[in-house]
Amino acid sequence: MSEKAVNKNLPIVSKRLGLPDAYKLETYLATGGYDGLKKALQMNPEDVSNEVMKASLLGRGGAGFPAGRKWSMLKANPVKYLVINGDESEPATFKDHDLIELDPHQIIEGVVIASYALGVNQAFIFCRGEFALGLERLQSALNEAYDYGAVGSDIFGSGFSVDLVVHPGAGAYICGEETALLQSLEGKRGYPRIKPPYFPAVMGLYNQPTVVNNIETVSNLPWIIQNGGDAFAAMGQDSSAGSRIFALSGHVKKPGNYEVEMGKVTFRDIIFDPEYGGGILDDLELKAFIPGGVSAPWFGPELLDLPLTQEAIASKGSMLGSGSIVVFNESTCPVRAAWRISKFFYRESCGQCTPCREGSGWIEKIMHRIETGSGRMEDIELVLDVCDNIAPGLTWPPKQTTICVLGPSIPSSIVSAVNMFKQDFVDHIEKGKCTFGK
Amino acid sequence: MGHLSEEVLNKARILLEVYPNKRSALIPLCHLAQGQDGYLTPEAIIEIAELVDVTPAEVRGTASFYDMFHLEPVGKHVVAMCTNIACMLRGADELLEHAQEVLDVGIGGTTQDGQFTLEEAECLAGCNNAPCVQVNHRFFGPLDNDGFDELISDLKSGKLKDIVPEHGVLNRVERQHGLKATPDQIQAERDVMESAKKERLAKKSTS
Repeated sequence: MSEKAVNKNLPIVSKRLGLPDAYKLETYLATGGYDGLKKALQMNPEDVSNEVMKASLLGRGGAGFPAGRKWSMLKANPVKYLVINGDESEPATFKDHDLIELDPHQIIEGVVIASYALGVNQAFIFCRGEFALGLERLQSALNEAYDYGAVGSDIFGSGFSVDLVVHPGAGAYICGEETALLQSLEGKRGYPRIKPPYFPAVMGLYNQPTVVNNIETVSNLPWIIQNGGDAFAAMGQDSSAGSRIFALSGHVKKPGNYEVEMGKVTFRDIIFDPEYGGGILDDLELKAFIPGGVSAPWFGPELLDLPLTQEAIASKGSMLGSGSIVVFNESTCPVRAAWRISKFFYRESCGQCTPCREGSGWIEKIMHRIETGSGRMEDIELVLDVCDNIAPGLTWPPKQTTICVLGPSIPSSIVSAVNMFKQDFVDHIEKGKCTFGK
Repeated sequence: MGHLSEEVLNKARILLEVYPNKRSALIPLCHLAQGQDGYLTPEAIIEIAELVDVTPAEVRGTASFYDMFHLEPVGKHVVAMCTNIACMLRGADELLEHAQEVLDVGIGGTTQDGQFTLEEAECLAGCNNAPCVQVNHRFFGPLDNDGFDELISDLKSGKLKDIVPEHGVLNRVERQHGLKATPDQIQAERDVMESAKKERLAKKSTS
């Protein structure tokens, strides 16, 4: 490993994930649980917000918006809400899944700290419906937290009260989009709302000002309050402060969630280091990798030495996104990989906007016929043309023609596959079959 | 009324209380009803509609948006197999083909004995255990063909009945604390929202 990322502070959010019974209050308290909240309640709410602002904590959901700034935008109002986004559905992302099942108290503590800072008395944790065990663990942790006095009225005798509801999703990728999530929480179809208003901080749940934060984002708060925002900001690089969980999957020997200090580790480290991915499955060559969820453009092996920061990845035309890295070894058919990703978007498009609804279907169809050997040579141009209709110019970041960013995310993988592996497309079409034998 | 069991109705009452707006309980209530019947029956939809004060069409229209809700009967075990990118790279397509042969059923179909419904799922966030499978939303993986066969025989023999409940992701979720706000406080909050709404509408009609 080039520069060993040994930081005595790490791990921060994932420190309890290996402990047995970490989801129980007893274990949580034995490992410093709820100390951050107790400390926060001794402070002024504004000072709590300031620490988070100083920490330069970027949202961990995918967009990477600074959490402190998001909080400062919350409009003053008699009724305000905090909603935690735990609808983790971006393919190959599984960090929140672990945090929910294995350390639910850390989430609850973070939510109460955030509620205190924001002056919110009603918060919701939106948990992906498929996480049945996660829903059970979150709710029993919440019951324990109420009994312990960490949630509910007059928390630890501070006079501050907040109620928390664990809300189940019901299976829809689009509900990870914050306005769709709010619609779903209101008991409706998960249709993203038309913008403006751009931010739920102005008009959110039940049309009241609402902050929406990701599970991992709030899981960082207990540590930030305990150790100070400066200590958090001292870690990392450029605007990517602190540490972050990267979900590594696909063709690596050891897929899993790895928390690393931002900017101190490269893709090469995380994929090959025995401490993390441990190298490519079956010791084959690396073909390509997706740096930040399936909405992100792909990278080739020549970019392995990029550090894991928002800026470094953006400078090469992709994104850190949800922090999930998918590794393709040389046996991977890039046409099939891109087709499968387009099929996902086709299935998950909510159907409100024409470019996304129609475009995703056509892209899936064209990609499928190329992959299965029925493609025509003009299909390569055609599929790019459909992509161009969804995100004109095929630039990065993509131009938007739709209400939300799902649509403009569709072209990334297709454009990457065509640009990086055009010969494979040509071979599929000429030979009339998948040249990788799939 | 009368289709949903007393147990479900008790949980429903708690849910209706914890949200500032009744309609927010719609999706959790659908989960509960599905837990009782395995799918959303027309009778349950009517009762949910009455509980949250919308029309049955709105309940059905909302539920049909979501992958987890079944509007038609399903088998005792819903086997959802992820074939998204991370699982695909680890052989999910081959596993899904194997599953179709073993269960003798197509994707979306239910076995003749009513034991299994096979589904192709999108990413289930179990990519560290790819290829992964959910049975009634409980995780299994990584699975190869033999592992899948073993899973099926364990499900048939009842060996996994403690880990895999029949249906419904909220059946084992018990909220022990309701909203601590008094009914008066809740009403006051609803009034604020109501007047804000009227104000907005008034603004709209004057502008």
